[in-house]
Amino acid sequence: MAKFKGAIVVDTEKCKGCGLCVVACPTKVIELARDVNGKGYHYAHMANADACIGCSSCGLVCPDTVITVYRVKAS
Amino acid sequence: MGDVRLMKGNEVIAEAAIRCGCDGYFGYPITPQSEIMETLMIRRPQEETGMVVLQAESEVAAINMVYGGASCGKKVMTSSSSPGISLKAEGITYLAGAELPALIVNIVRGGPGLGTIQPAQSDYFQAVKGGGHGDYKLIVLAPASVQEMNDFVDLSFKLAFKYLNPAMILSDGVIGQMMEKVELSDFKPRWTAEEIKKISGSWATIGKTADRERNISTSLDLDSAKQEIFNHKLQAKYRAMEENEVRFEKIACDDAEYLFVAYGSSARICQKAVEQAREKGIKVGLLRPITLFPYPTKAIQEMLKDVKGILSVEMSAGQMVEDVRLAVNGKVPVEHFGRYGGIIPTPEEVVEALEQKILGK
Amino acid sequence: MTATTEINKIISKENLVYGKTSVLLDNEMHYCPGCTHGVIHKVIAEVIDEMGIQDKTIGVSPVGCSVLAYNYIDIDWQQAAHGRAPALATATSRLMPGKYVFTYQGDGDLASIGCAEIIHACNRGENIVVFFVNNAIYGMTGGQMAPTTLEGQVTATTPYGRDCKVTGFPMKITEMIAMLPGTRFVTRQSAETPGAVRKLKKAAQKAFENTRENKGLSFIEIVGTCSSGWKLSPVKSNEWMKENMFAYYPLGTLKDE
Repeated sequence: MAKFKGAIVVDTEKCKGCGLCVVACPTKVIELARDVNGKGYHYAHMANADACIGCSSCGLVCPDTVITVYRVKAS
Repeated sequence: MGDVRLMKGNEVIAEAAIRCGCDGYFGYPITPQSEIMETLMIRRPQEETGMVVLQAESEVAAINMVYGGASCGKKVMTSSSSPGISLKAEGITYLAGAELPALIVNIVRGGPGLGTIQPAQSDYFQAVKGGGHGDYKLIVLAPASVQEMNDFVDLSFKLAFKYLNPAMILSDGVIGQMMEKVELSDFKPRWTAEEIKKISGSWATIGKTADRERNISTSLDLDSAKQEIFNHKLQAKYRAMEENEVRFEKIACDDAEYLFVAYGSSARICQKAVEQAREKGIKVGLLRPITLFPYPTKAIQEMLKDVKGILSVEMSAGQMVEDVRLAVNGKVPVEHFGRYGGIIPTPEEVVEALEQKILGK
Repeated sequence: MTATTEINKIISKENLVYGKTSVLLDNEMHYCPGCTHGVIHKVIAEVIDEMGIQDKTIGVSPVGCSVLAYNYIDIDWQQAAHGRAPALATATSRLMPGKYVFTYQGDGDLASIGCAEIIHACNRGENIVVFFVNNAIYGMTGGQMAPTTLEGQVTATTPYGRDCKVTGFPMKITEMIAMLPGTRFVTRQSAETPGAVRKLKKAAQKAFENTRENKGLSFIEIVGTCSSGWKLSPVKSNEWMKENMFAYYPLGTLKDE
């Protein structure tokens, strides 16, 4: 059981779908959406929310700073 | 009475810079103007006024240091001679494009290429028609004495800050190397950070505070519509300079039937030629443009009701003569007389040229 | 409790652990997807924010993809002619002591056309920070050879691969700069993993602290990617970079005095 429980918010309209966050995520939380945003990019989203530990790895590598990360201690 | 000295033109540029509260000089050695930086290095203004003096690795670096300093709202300058000014041309157009005030001194030598180290006036086109790329103008002042070398440093900075545009002192090795009596300007303190904030805070890159948007010193706009609007703004500024800043001197023009037009050291020679011609009974006067941009076009036009012919005298193959012809617009004959490659014409030669080319003798 | 309500409970201000610094503007970046510039901009903005030096920092942007860096970091900026940023920074830092002045330059700007300016600014030990982004290609003009392009690398002007017999060799300018006595801190970093980004941020912080202490010139090379120029996906670009770039441009600090 992870010590922390996390969640991310992606600014999907600004996301360019580069996929670097998908690779950076240690718990495989993020996937690129099948849908596209207004610019035609397959944006990142939290596909496996339960696995998120709020480690910020996705946020750190995101070139467009579109990911905000939240974290709480696991109960 | 101020501080009267016997000094070289180049040395006076340096002294005048310190005295007018200049913040920084960035230069690279080239004959015949190296005394400017040498004088500054001897004077050590950093200890007296805090002025920064730096020998750059190239003319290119020096003009870009000027761009950096000018962006901070500082009074900054560089000096060079013809081949060095060609290298600075890129930086100069960037300064004009970013609307930055700065002073560039060109102590002209003969060209093209490495040319000669002797005096010439063959950089007129480069100075007044652009030199670098794009539609821009410099404010160009042409001193004809060591005294004007002193006076025009402060004047250049005043005009540069008034119009947010680079200004150039276009002189040559004659005035630069000549020793003459000069009354030096009084010392003015450098602007404080508070004063700079007040004068240039709306555009200078002095640190973004919470009460304003960030300031950006740039000449780039990828939006053509905006770039055209910006160019309109520049052109309006140049028209305002033409309206307000034309400076010239008239010598023996009241009864003149013929006219010399000459600037800088050529004007000094022409002044003697006026005397010699008048001894021969030729009623000739001299119109000396002091600002080469804006050019005294109207002043020349106003002379046309009385004069029958004009001789433009330059130490070049004929550059300023084109502006004289534009002003005259075919109403009277306009001819050019020049020596070049570093040769200085004599007053006798000038009178002879007037007789041959204008009087038809 | 459903999963969605649980997530909504986590997403609240007091649980925020990573978000955009206010020093980074809201303007959408013009960079291609996955471009390293975005990460570096963010890191610089975060350091400026955390050190509380927004009102004392002046950036100098280059010519190249990052020419518009001034649209993204909320500080005063000067935009330099191609390669001349170190000259602008020299005057700015000397005329305004106490400010934090940095240049942001690509490999074409710094190592090719601006070689003289960077070497001499470094040699004079100007009290500035230099961010040198090396992605081994000209991005803005459409993927031509840079001085740092690797041997055999295909670019628009080396369509059969860089032939060092013809073009000379990939230039290790950071190693050259580390040799100059004017430099105090010279390091080569990257930004492709969370760990690398953290290390880059530490380096940037150290560099600005050096400015604060008047220590002289700090030089940070960031080996980055150009997926458009390399014609690879952002993820594949990182893999290619690790395999090829890191071998020739090894990460690490070359000098820290």
